[in-house]
Amino acid sequence: MTAALEIQGLRKSFGQTEIIRGIDLSIGRGERHAIIGPNGAGKSTLFNLITARFPLSSGSISLHGRNLQGLAPYQINRLGLSRSFQITNIFPKMSVFENVRCALLWAQGYRYSFWNMVSRSRALTEGAEAILDQINLLQRRDLPAGVLSYAEQRALEIGITIAGGADVIMLDEPTAGMSHSETDYIVGLIRTVTEGKTLVMVEHDMGVVFGLADRISVLVYGEIIATGKPADVRANARVQEAYLGAALEADH
Amino acid sequence: MQSLEKTQTRSDGGVSMKSAMPWIFSAVMLVLMPFIFQSNSAITIMNQMAITIVFALSYNMLLGQGGMLSFGHAVYMGVGGFVCVHVMNWEIFGSIPLPLLPLLGGVFGMILASMVGYFSTRKAGTVFAMISLGVGELIAACSVIIVVFFGGEEGVSGDRTYGIPFFGVEFLSQIEVYYLTAGWLLISALLMYLFSRTPIGRMANAVRDNPERAEFLGYSSRWVRYNSFVAAGFFAGIAGGLFAINYEILTEENLNLTTSGSILLVTFLGGVGVFFGPVVGAIVFTLLQTVLSLETEIWSLYVGALFVATVMFFPSGLAGVMQLHIAPIKLGTWRLLVMPYIITLVPAIICILGLSGLIEVLFHARHAAIGETEMTLFWVTFQHTEILPWVVFAVMAVVGFWLARKNAPQMMDAWHRANKPDGADT
Repeated sequence: MTAALEIQGLRKSFGQTEIIRGIDLSIGRGERHAIIGPNGAGKSTLFNLITARFPLSSGSISLHGRNLQGLAPYQINRLGLSRSFQITNIFPKMSVFENVRCALLWAQGYRYSFWNMVSRSRALTEGAEAILDQINLLQRRDLPAGVLSYAEQRALEIGITIAGGADVIMLDEPTAGMSHSETDYIVGLIRTVTEGKTLVMVEHDMGVVFGLADRISVLVYGEIIATGKPADVRANARVQEAYLGAALEADH
Repeated sequence: MQSLEKTQTRSDGGVSMKSAMPWIFSAVMLVLMPFIFQSNSAITIMNQMAITIVFALSYNMLLGQGGMLSFGHAVYMGVGGFVCVHVMNWEIFGSIPLPLLPLLGGVFGMILASMVGYFSTRKAGTVFAMISLGVGELIAACSVIIVVFFGGEEGVSGDRTYGIPFFGVEFLSQIEVYYLTAGWLLISALLMYLFSRTPIGRMANAVRDNPERAEFLGYSSRWVRYNSFVAAGFFAGIAGGLFAINYEILTEENLNLTTSGSILLVTFLGGVGVFFGPVVGAIVFTLLQTVLSLETEIWSLYVGALFVATVMFFPSGLAGVMQLHIAPIKLGTWRLLVMPYIITLVPAIICILGLSGLIEVLFHARHAAIGETEMTLFWVTFQHTEILPWVVFAVMAVVGFWLARKNAPQMMDAWHRANKPDGADT
């Protein structure tokens, strides 16, 4: 079985500085994979390279065995990879419902159609409402997305990310800046909406990481120093030294 | 639940009595207008209005719906119009019914837009604005270079009555042209409205708000913008065709930056965030342009001031201000607003009239022919050398300003109360 996401020899430099220094990573289908590491380790950069937000310097990335070299973000999305952003990235002036509906359009085969009325499609309306129900925003349906609370916007961001039915979901710090109860809510949400899908997430909250992930990769200074099951990573001496010891202490 | 969902779907824009009402009302109004305003000049003004509405709506497909600020939209209207006026001069025109001519303008507007859009819609923002400006200048400059097509300085003229009669109508009189224009206005406006409800129309809004996020939803921002751009070119071309039929002449003026700039002004004045905003803008602007220009030579000064005031105080435009009042009307609290509006806005109007009076007297004193001191303003005839008119206008301006300023907090307070559901009690 080919891996959902296969990364080989990935490197990225900004000018003289090499941010990603040779990453090899294979994420299996249906796996929940967390990427952790100290600030500035290149976690978000790795995300941006996989989704073609930035061009890579060398190496290769393949999705379900297909090389993503030279593809634009929208083409990668059409192959079944969807992502959220570290900084909330929604359509602030459009209604909450409209945000989700736009996320459904391509997946439902509307493409660049100018001969269908969106409001006449039951599948679109019901699909969008089902997602809103799932992310608990049905009550906020008609509000402009920009006026939602922070946690609600994060939930909407996840809703938009999963709406298109992509089977590889990438979440960049989904619980950043949230209170404990909000974090619990988002984690529960992530657990249900990514059922049966491949999940790749960057996360700082160790409670979330160890509760949710099947496997963990530790990224330090652009290199993966360990990959494995949570217990193995926790026990790894290099990880303890480089990052986890301090992070776990801070968490308690 | 079943019935709830149905009503939700409907209120979202499916065909229902509620969503069709504005259109039926507009159609009836368009039919009745010439019976209310019968004079020839009124019909001429209404024709001009209708053309400006089509043009402004097409412009708003870019600015309001797609977030593309264009400084060269006149080009697509102009080229559509030039093609139409050329066709009027060809032999073949004798076998084309005149009402179909704007469609040809639309097709040519669309062809030009599909070529320019290929490179201009790569990026929105400043890049798009600069390219639109450059292309606008380029084509306007072509008017004196490619004389065969653009007719040089005197432009190209034609005669609409050479077409084959359309059900016996030869379009000799203004009123016949009015109904042709009104028909196209209704069709174009409806099509542009429906476009905004299609997947591509919805994605145009998404790309406007956040092009990067749209890319991660499977849509190429560039291709979404390109589609809107081409559609906008089509409707601009239709406006051009209507212009050709109405005026039977097109000149460099139809392509240049002044025209491109004024349609931006019209659209913004009306409001870019609301579909009918450009309609309001076009009506108000055309009235100012035609009626005000009869009264004063410096009408464009007042239009400019109005534009600046709109940008500063009502960035959502006239239609936006109208829309803000839907909530108080629905809540039934609008009565709270009546008195505060009167005591603030009447002095404000007096202040504006006083200021414009001062400007007019000053303008007359500086620019009238030597020895001519008599002038008429607000139906009163006086000498600009007298001191009294200066004093009266100055007092109007100062007192009006003072009163408006004094009562403005009251108006704001009433506004806040009117927008609360329990407004009357607090």
